Amino acid sequence: MSELGIFSALWSEHCSYKHSRPILKTFPTTGPQVVQGPGENAGVLRLPDGWAVAFKIESHNHPSAVEPYQGAATGAGGILRDVFTMGARPVAMLNSLRFGSLDEARNRYLFAGVVKGIGDYGNCVGVPVLGGEVDFAPGYTGNPLVNAMCVGLLKEKDLIRAAAHGVGNVLITMGSSTGRDGIHGASFASEELTAKSEARRPQVQVGDPFTEKLLLEASLELIHSGHIVAIQDMGAAGLTSSSAEMAARGGVGVEIDLSLVPTREAGMTPYEILLSESQERMLVVAKADRVKEVQAIADKWDLTAMPIGRVTDDGMYRCMWKDQVVVEIPGRQLVEDCPVYYPEAREGESVAALRSALPASHFPLPAPGEALLRLLDDPSVASKRWVYEQYDSSVQARAVIHPGGDAGVLRVQGTDFGIAVTTDCNSRYLALDPYEGGKGAVAEAARNIACTGARPLGITDCLNFGSPERPEVFFQFREACRGISDACKAFDTPVTGGNVSFYNESPTGAVDPTPVIGMVGLLEEADHAVPSHARSAGDVVLVAGDTKSEMGGSAYWEVIQGFRGGIPPRVDLVAARNLVDFLVNAARGRMLKSAHDASAGGIGIALAEMAIGGPYQQAGMGLTIDLSNYAPSLSDADLLFSESHNRAVLTVSPDRVAAVTKLAAEHGVSLYPAGTIGAPGTLVSIKLRDGAVSYPVGQLREVYFGSIPRRMGD
Amino acid sequence: MRRVAVVVFPGTNSEVETVDAARDAGSDPYYVWHKDTDLKRADVVILPGGFSYGDYLRSGAIARFSPIMDAVATHARAGGPVLGLCNGFQILCEAGLLPGGLVRNDRLRYVSRPVRLRVEAVDTPFTNAYRKGEEITIPIAHGDGRYVADAPTLAALEAEGQVVWRYVGENPNGSTNGIAGVCNAARNVVGVMPHPERLNAPVLGGQDGARVFFSLEARDATQHAGDLRAVGGHHRGM
Repeated sequence: MSELGIFSALWSEHCSYKHSRPILKTFPTTGPQVVQGPGENAGVLRLPDGWAVAFKIESHNHPSAVEPYQGAATGAGGILRDVFTMGARPVAMLNSLRFGSLDEARNRYLFAGVVKGIGDYGNCVGVPVLGGEVDFAPGYTGNPLVNAMCVGLLKEKDLIRAAAHGVGNVLITMGSSTGRDGIHGASFASEELTAKSEARRPQVQVGDPFTEKLLLEASLELIHSGHIVAIQDMGAAGLTSSSAEMAARGGVGVEIDLSLVPTREAGMTPYEILLSESQERMLVVAKADRVKEVQAIADKWDLTAMPIGRVTDDGMYRCMWKDQVVVEIPGRQLVEDCPVYYPEAREGESVAALRSALPASHFPLPAPGEALLRLLDDPSVASKRWVYEQYDSSVQARAVIHPGGDAGVLRVQGTDFGIAVTTDCNSRYLALDPYEGGKGAVAEAARNIACTGARPLGITDCLNFGSPERPEVFFQFREACRGISDACKAFDTPVTGGNVSFYNESPTGAVDPTPVIGMVGLLEEADHAVPSHARSAGDVVLVAGDTKSEMGGSAYWEVIQGFRGGIPPRVDLVAARNLVDFLVNAARGRMLKSAHDASAGGIGIALAEMAIGGPYQQAGMGLTIDLSNYAPSLSDADLLFSESHNRAVLTVSPDRVAAVTKLAAEHGVSLYPAGTIGAPGTLVSIKLRDGAVSYPVGQLREVYFGSIPRRMGD
Repeated sequence: MRRVAVVVFPGTNSEVETVDAARDAGSDPYYVWHKDTDLKRADVVILPGGFSYGDYLRSGAIARFSPIMDAVATHARAGGPVLGLCNGFQILCEAGLLPGGLVRNDRLRYVSRPVRLRVEAVDTPFTNAYRKGEEITIPIAHGDGRYVADAPTLAALEAEGQVVWRYVGENPNGSTNGIAGVCNAARNVVGVMPHPERLNAPVLGGQDGARVFFSLEARDATQHAGDLRAVGGHHRGM
């Protein structure tokens, strides 16, 4: 029985990646900056001065669908542990969230609960949230997506890996005692959500951020003490997974006496102890003669550290109950002999039809200005201030660019450099063309990083899809991964790890394919980070990159014309790399006052956000733009709302225009002088070929900042 | 150079930037563990922000029983400067070293954002480098930041000039009279909900919080208030 339970958990999709492994192997994972690629608790990339950055993204979708507050909170807790078990101090978190429409009460409940869960957990531990994204679309009703990313800093020499070694070394559990919560959570995460999923609430664990904070400090102290050789979170599949994985990585056996594991309640069976997913527990491998020292450090932080077993040389995964053997399995069989599937992949028939369709043309379209207001009011486009103001972004005094811009930027105290962080994915594009959409997710992340002046370094990915057993879903997965892979090669941003989340399905169907890209970049001088909003009246506005008529999958077609279809924008990877290099070099030359990526909602939204943005407490800037000579073949709607990739809107002080223009030409990036920044609180006006847009910036701000609060009843 | 003891409770999460801010201002800061009973010859004591003991019962309600709190109270009663930042402010209220208390924000949500403050009192050890009536911007990040006190206490605070900082414009948490920070009658114990230690360098977008820490060293400075570089200019520490 216990052995069967162990296989059920470890060979679940969540733990084994049995459907995804052959595809994941095609990702680029190497490069001079890679210290640790996929296979560990987190990926690690090299930074200047002996520093390194550890980062990883992970899903907590299913728990959040049935219990949003605890589901999201424990998701934040798990990803924090993945990072600090590498020896890194968590310095930033990001959250990528997807919900159904806010017009439905259930979705508002899930949204509010998830945001509060993430906030209460991360705020207490004291890790700033520096970025993320929230998107609302009908496909996520019933199956929201909750992806949490954590970024940690360490000295490269302090890196510790989760591989057990040293025969005779001692296995110690540290932290919370083991209860009956979350048993078979990993298996729950690997099936579709149904009407019966509500009954799975007991499989959702309960978070305790205070204990997490103690564990964080105790773990970092243990790692720096030299008393331990390995440490791992008891995450999905609990003690089973952590101990078996550590043994397999180290090529050793382990023997555990389950009767020694501290439990919350009497009478727990070996099966329950092995598969409990009680939160805030670590498994530590201590040097044989250092058990007392380890216990002393745990005791300082008011944590229990209990020796429960030892490393053996026979390669067996063995669990005892006192003198009696209850589990005995060759360790390799558990994590390496898991079956691998090669499912059928075939594009869904309706997708090709949708791609070649056009929105209905019979009803009159609004004037461009009215369309702009309606887009600014769409919750997916509108400000996420309602969300990020519930997250502490100023703790640790690191934030150089707070949430609300293109990417978050944090400083590294004691050095000059900074780190830029972002998450991105436009699932509208992926639903129509998973290959181009996969490329686009990486390209948008790279643009966001580069807009701050940082050079993209590497990615982690959270691949959220439906059931891989359906050919049309596996096609989406395979093609999206191919797109991600090609784009990562173009940007020299290796994949350092991540998470596959299949079975994101509810009775209404699978979610849109949502491979979220978490990217980190290096900014050589943190105090020259480029913000996304206009800063001074009189600055010149430039549009970088080319606009084509690419309305497929656009926010305009969806919000204004009620149509999700067409051919989504294609990514020219050469042009994408050129734009990124140009932005990085322009920032390095101190040429840019601001830079903002144009993505969903096109140049219209990018320009509006440039004027609106900046600290909420300020008034926003006026803007006088003339696009009547830009991209001559395009209609007014295309000019403003087409979503062609590889574009950004920049502001530059008048005396640097010549230098920026020269640099852009050297990088093969086209620049269009579009206008100037006006005084704070004045008019935003955009002249088009046929029409024009003109509103006081205050009115745009009211719509943009008010969209989500109004729907949430504030 | 003043010796600044920064007390660390289990769940404290802002001790590093608090020590950095004190060091950047020219002080000699060090950590004191909550289980200790000795402040190690501190000139100044700071209780930093965080969630001591998880704040599961009531913010600051458990921390006030920590062994170190006897020494903090003794230091305060002897006239030694004590500053409570955010959770530290909550602990000082729970310990009875400051009047009033801090309860759930009026909109029942955690709020993290920069806020506008007016410095109402500059005759404290932590605000003497500001000008009276000066308006500054520093961040808040709290769920329990609404300052409350009974009517006689409030009247006395206002009459005696014990309101040290007040929110200007939008009141972010519903605090009575817009109170962001107060001091005790002897003016040596000060608490504030916003986080001056998180905004003390241009790279962070501002340095309006730095003078809380420069105030501690102001007597050694050649200039009062104003020019930060005259006093500090330390390299940012880890």
